[in-house]
Amino acid sequence: MLYREAGDFKTTYKEDNQTFPIKFDRYRYYFVLIVAFLIIPFWINDYWVNAIFLPFLIYSIAAIGLNILVGYCGQVSLGTGGFMAVGAYAVYKLMTAFPDVSIMIHVVLAGAITACVGVLFGLPSLRIKGFYLAVATLAAQFFLVWIFNRVPWFYNYSASGQINAPERTFFGVPVTGANADSWATYLFCLIILTVCGIVARNLTRGSIGRKWMAIRDMDIAAEIIGVNPLSAKLSAFAVSSFFIGISGALFFGVYLGAVEVGEAFGINKSFLVLFMIIIGGLGSIFGSFAGAAFLVLLPVLLKNLFVAGLGWQPDLATHLEFMIVGGLIILFLVVEPHGIAQLWRLAKEKLRLWPFPY
Amino acid sequence: MPEQVIFGMEVFLNGLMAGVLYALVALGFVLIYKASGIFNYAQGVMALFSAMTLVGMMNGQVPFSHLINAVFGTDIHHFGWHLPALIGILLTMAIMVLLAWLVQKIIFKHLVNQEPIILFMATIGLAYFMEGFGDLMWGGEIKKLDVGIPQGINLWIDEATYNIFDYGFFIDNLDIFATIVAAILVLALVAFSQYTKQGRAMRAVADDHQAALSVGVSLNFIWVMVWSLAGFVALVAGIMWGTKSGVQFSLSLIALKALPVLMLGGFTSIPGAIVGGLIIGVGEKMFEFLVGPLIGGATENWFAYVLALLFLVFRPQGLFGEKIIERV
Amino acid sequence: MLDSQVTQTTADGRKIGGVMMEMANITLRFGGVVAIKDISFDILEGEIRAIIGPNGAGKSSMLNVISGFYHPQDGEVWFHGKKRPAVKPYEVARQGIARTFQNIALFEGMTVLDNVMTGRLTQMKSGVFQQALWWGAAEREELENREICEKVIDFLEIQSIRKTPVARLPYGLKKRVELARALASEPKLLLLDEPMAGMNVEEKEDMSRFILDVNDEFGTTIALIEHDMGVVMDLSDRVVVMDYGRKIGDGTPDEVRNNQDVIDAYLGVSHD
Repeated sequence: MLYREAGDFKTTYKEDNQTFPIKFDRYRYYFVLIVAFLIIPFWINDYWVNAIFLPFLIYSIAAIGLNILVGYCGQVSLGTGGFMAVGAYAVYKLMTAFPDVSIMIHVVLAGAITACVGVLFGLPSLRIKGFYLAVATLAAQFFLVWIFNRVPWFYNYSASGQINAPERTFFGVPVTGANADSWATYLFCLIILTVCGIVARNLTRGSIGRKWMAIRDMDIAAEIIGVNPLSAKLSAFAVSSFFIGISGALFFGVYLGAVEVGEAFGINKSFLVLFMIIIGGLGSIFGSFAGAAFLVLLPVLLKNLFVAGLGWQPDLATHLEFMIVGGLIILFLVVEPHGIAQLWRLAKEKLRLWPFPY
Repeated sequence: MPEQVIFGMEVFLNGLMAGVLYALVALGFVLIYKASGIFNYAQGVMALFSAMTLVGMMNGQVPFSHLINAVFGTDIHHFGWHLPALIGILLTMAIMVLLAWLVQKIIFKHLVNQEPIILFMATIGLAYFMEGFGDLMWGGEIKKLDVGIPQGINLWIDEATYNIFDYGFFIDNLDIFATIVAAILVLALVAFSQYTKQGRAMRAVADDHQAALSVGVSLNFIWVMVWSLAGFVALVAGIMWGTKSGVQFSLSLIALKALPVLMLGGFTSIPGAIVGGLIIGVGEKMFEFLVGPLIGGATENWFAYVLALLFLVFRPQGLFGEKIIERV
Repeated sequence: MLDSQVTQTTADGRKIGGVMMEMANITLRFGGVVAIKDISFDILEGEIRAIIGPNGAGKSSMLNVISGFYHPQDGEVWFHGKKRPAVKPYEVARQGIARTFQNIALFEGMTVLDNVMTGRLTQMKSGVFQQALWWGAAEREELENREICEKVIDFLEIQSIRKTPVARLPYGLKKRVELARALASEPKLLLLDEPMAGMNVEEKEDMSRFILDVNDEFGTTIALIEHDMGVVMDLSDRVVVMDYGRKIGDGTPDEVRNNQDVIDAYLGVSHD
């Protein structure tokens, strides 16, 4: 009754092509934007930002990026951690080498640099498919982590090998470094995420998105009907790495502030983002958000429940977390391979008919 | 003979041994992939889990003691007994068969016609689950495993090479033992696969599920059998690696090392897993020995993958794998 | 085609022009197996050309050679009077050759509309940055191409299923969607690989009507592989007969029907 399309006719292709064709969805989207931009920054505190919002925003960007590569274009990548590292070190070098340039430009440039690296490591995808490609990306993952560890130029020859983010401001407000307020870091990441989300949506609904999906569904047929597999796959790697690089730059610069490459960007990071898009839904922008939210909230919930609530030791909670995440992956794959996004879509379809059953 | 060459020979031999251990893990992958087309990312964790279970059994640990203590406020840790290695191994094997049956029933029966990538991700989920489960059951701290395999430097080789080269090679007894075990295992598996009824059924299932069903092969039985075999191979690998470096989390990362081995040897070839393992083992150690000092060392972290990657670009199906013919 | 190019007019008023595509001495080998042995034939502009023969004769392989998926070891392909070098399949598509497949090759993760829109991919030129912005050139191009696809959807009468995921469609409709995708690219030459396979009489009549309409209304040249002799004889202007990789007949349906080699290898004789 509430959620209806009856009477809501589209008279132009442009209207039919909208992201949110149903009015209710559109208003919901604007509502979320208003809450996110105008309400939350005033109400938020350090704990919420650091434990929940910042990781959610940043991982959402990475998840969107990986989803473009894996979910839309069908190219398996286990190199997300390594590419995030590229973004982090790129932004670090840029920040330290050009201290007067705006941090926003540096973040975007870091994304661009990561895009180039992504294209390089994506070249094997032209000859190799499926699991074999996953191994190629593992080569990228391990090699990149090794290189950032071994080549001192990357960490400016510091003794510890760690990189630290210097303070930078955006419109006069510090967003990196110790003096940055939590609302500032939150808004900064939110702005970037919103832009990234819009760009991703535009790309996936256009001809490029269709090329990616054609390659994913049947790459030989795609080539025969005129898709250049080289440019399609490499563009997927490029766009995906762009987002993942930005995510890595923010992860280091805004969220953690200091990073040791093996811990922060190891293979576990790659799996984490992959799990986000599996649970959230492959081939869905909304799914990327859902998966990121889920996997950011889950450990927080578990820790609060078991450690704070029941007084168990933290490592028990960690073991349970592994079991729950692993179990959920399997559950989603068996029951709903298209993830939370599909469950959401089904719920909406039921709602469109409510209170009628069909 | 120049010193470098002698050192090089030692490194080469050690590389061969390391390769054998890699091959042991890779074998488990090949088995499951051959029979069900699934790449079992959880194979490494299975090795870890089986080793943990073995140690736990032998030491008389109470399973889930940590959890029980947290929930009930008790403080129990051990039953008080110690089991001999052989009994421990048999019991652990029984548990691995049970695990194979559960995995088949709960997970893969429901994923029968899904794409390979979905199956692969399911095994990643399984790996994470089993890791948490194993830690919960036996505790996550590093454990020592001793089933009576001879360890330490092989004195006979040490003496013999000293007499020839004036330099005693350090070849670990454990590695020699592992090589012999691996060789026996490979021969047994190849014989099983080629010459027994079940082996033939397994190959039929690997080729075409529907066709195998139509000639009366029970898919479920074959899959449970294959996963049990893989469990056995995982246990052997777990024992070898666990004795060598202790039973700890990093054991599961061996699985990641098996990937390049399979890339080289092909996913469906048992001898290929061995050859691939040897190439990777030797290649890694030799590269680190020859080139490592020039570029900062620790190249073993990535060399295997880059080697596999280069190899794949020129021969996507590996050395022994079947050529993938795509038709429209 | 222009009036000056018309070389003949068929009985039902369709115009046929000069040679559009010529296969000259094509030989195709897979390792030791010779799939196509020294075959030559041509396709005239505006005609409907059938390729028939028993299973394993090499018909699909021939179609794959035409669409650039296989490259013959010997022989040449001439398109519009120019020799065609060994180019990639997507470049062949850009030259105006579209096709359907024997075992449906639709993109199962997308809707009908999206699948048909993929047919326009060779014509859509906007770059990554334009599309990222969407507003302006990219959106305009999308809407223009949407209109062209909707015309094709109209023509093939599949409007009601345009937003349905292709994976959910029955076989006959999938074949129609595949045809729509091929037509969306406004091809000069349309290759159909067993378009009637698995269809009942009604569906075959529908599909035949569509094929004739495509040729009549848009002037598209059509080459089709087909096993149903009734369809072949009714629809096609000329027929090529293949057997074991060789050409054993080439001519009008009547000529081929009375060719003894063809009768022996494939058609057989009716015993009343």
